[in-house]
Amino acid sequence: MLAQRSTPASGAAAATRREGSPWTGLWAVVSKEMADYLSSTRMLILELITVLTAAGTVFTATAQLRETVGQDRFLFLRLFTTSQEPLPAFVGFLVFLVPIIAIALAFDAVNGELNARTMSRLLAQPIYRDALLLGKFLASLFTLALVLTTIWLLIAGLGLLRLGVPPGGEETARLLWFLLLTIAYGAVWLALGMLASILFRQPATAAMAALATWLFFTVFWGIIAGILAQILRPVRIGLPAELLAQAQLEQALSRLSPNVLYTEATIALLRPEVRSLGFVLPSQLQGAILGAPLPLGESIMLGWPHMVGLIAGTLLLFALGYVLFQRQEIRA
Amino acid sequence: MDIVLEARGLTKRYGDFVAVDRLDLTIRRGEVFGLLGPNGAGKTTTILMLLGLTEPSAGSVQVLGLDPARQPLSVKARVGYLPDQVGFYDTLSARENLAYIARLNGLNRKEAGARIEAALTKMGLEEVMDKAVGAFSRGMRQRLGLAEILMKHPELIIMDEPTLGLDPEAAREFLEIIRDLRSEGITIMLSSHLLHQVQAVCDRVGLFSKGKMVLEGPVDVLAREVLGGGYHITVEAEGDAGLEAALSEVEGVQRVQRAGPNRFVLETTGDLRPAVARAVVEAGGQLLALASEAPNLEEVYARYFQKEANHARAA
Repeated sequence: MLAQRSTPASGAAAATRREGSPWTGLWAVVSKEMADYLSSTRMLILELITVLTAAGTVFTATAQLRETVGQDRFLFLRLFTTSQEPLPAFVGFLVFLVPIIAIALAFDAVNGELNARTMSRLLAQPIYRDALLLGKFLASLFTLALVLTTIWLLIAGLGLLRLGVPPGGEETARLLWFLLLTIAYGAVWLALGMLASILFRQPATAAMAALATWLFFTVFWGIIAGILAQILRPVRIGLPAELLAQAQLEQALSRLSPNVLYTEATIALLRPEVRSLGFVLPSQLQGAILGAPLPLGESIMLGWPHMVGLIAGTLLLFALGYVLFQRQEIRA
Repeated sequence: MDIVLEARGLTKRYGDFVAVDRLDLTIRRGEVFGLLGPNGAGKTTTILMLLGLTEPSAGSVQVLGLDPARQPLSVKARVGYLPDQVGFYDTLSARENLAYIARLNGLNRKEAGARIEAALTKMGLEEVMDKAVGAFSRGMRQRLGLAEILMKHPELIIMDEPTLGLDPEAAREFLEIIRDLRSEGITIMLSSHLLHQVQAVCDRVGLFSKGKMVLEGPVDVLAREVLGGGYHITVEAEGDAGLEAALSEVEGVQRVQRAGPNRFVLETTGDLRPAVARAVVEAGGQLLALASEAPNLEEVYARYFQKEANHARAA
């Protein structure tokens, strides 16, 4: 999908394949971009913010959890999900921190090169635009993964120190999946930030556009989904079927938001006792032992569609940016 | 001489606007070719098409025998491009900036290191090799851009407005560098609207106007075509009133202008100093000074567009 480029020139030219691999020079771009990220002030600020929230939430969580050490099989998972007023749980923080980190990494990926007038020099080298764009995306993804993994290890370490209980095998596996899920969630916002950096020539405009999208999904989409569901599936008589249809539509709509997908999948992974992310009728619960944890495989299956949804969203946004970037004429 | 670059019927349209209109262009090995024209005449668009950075709407291009649209990697590996207002990563040093480009060109670390040092030294940047580019002057950036190109060992260099924004001293140095490169046998194509600079270094020029190449050839040939010669001879001589008439009768003199009490400026088809000197003496005058000035591209340019305007008014 990514290797082909439409050539608007004459038929003969369009029929021939391009010479060489579209990924020539990809790793040169990735390593240069990563070096840039890791030495930038922007990165330092982001790391500080995240480390602060991690430390803050873990300390409050452990203060609470120490009371119940030994009673909970999934004590370590609680580190990530326990909240104490006024601080939300760490996963709650991640829901809005990850997009901000991702947007901050990607919002000037393409227009930054244009404004520094380095783009035409780059494109005059024997590489394709494919390699440049994918290289930039991968570099930001690796950087984001690095930051998230660091924080993840930091929390685990703090947890070990404060709780004195090592995580079990299943807990570790769940946490690894959670890390992957968080990276996938970040990838969506990276792709969005990059798309904005292709669409807008000014980095400030691109950042604002990406943040506005984030704000839309964080604050407004839930409200809009509710209103849309009321309009499309109105409750006329008050039958349970009507109520259910409306609630299901609202949930389906709200899942268009990456935030919702991430939150739900996180719940599935980090709270083994959760058996369903949709609606469960009492009749479906017959014979179930409430509060009994699901096996790891089942929990993953529960969050799997969400994860796939996040990856699909990333690909969609990246592909859109790719097409726009290929068509852009670089004059400076 | 073999052909390095050839364009046939090259056309670029943006909607209804024709940026480049059926351009034919041939550049031979070892030549310095100047692409001239006012801003917006289509020079940059032409260069982008030659490099395969934008697709032609019609026509064909062959660079080093390759089609830049189909074999962009081979073309870009062998052609150096210096864009107008060249930019670098300001936080990286000169060496690091070039190292990135070297990696994109697939050079290994050792080879790249040696080539980078050689290129930077050649451009006189060895002292600032490890300084951040952010502090570089415009002239230094321009030379760094050229160092980057030389590092690739190109067969053809294309420069877009290379002297724009340089102070006179830096511009002069830069033209000196271009001459050096030419003596090494590298083919160069440059675009500019600063005509006297182009005239100083180019073997051949092409005059661009509204997307069309309206004039093409060596500067003196163009001068003969447009100005009917283009040489200026300044004569200082003492003599009677017949002197002016005598001067205007010399074969090849097109116009005589009195520039002072004993000064005349002649427009001629060539360097006619011996004939002019003889005419002064034969008319009984005393020759005090005689100077000849080669045709000026600026004049060719001005005269050409003036003629065009007159034609347009007449039509």
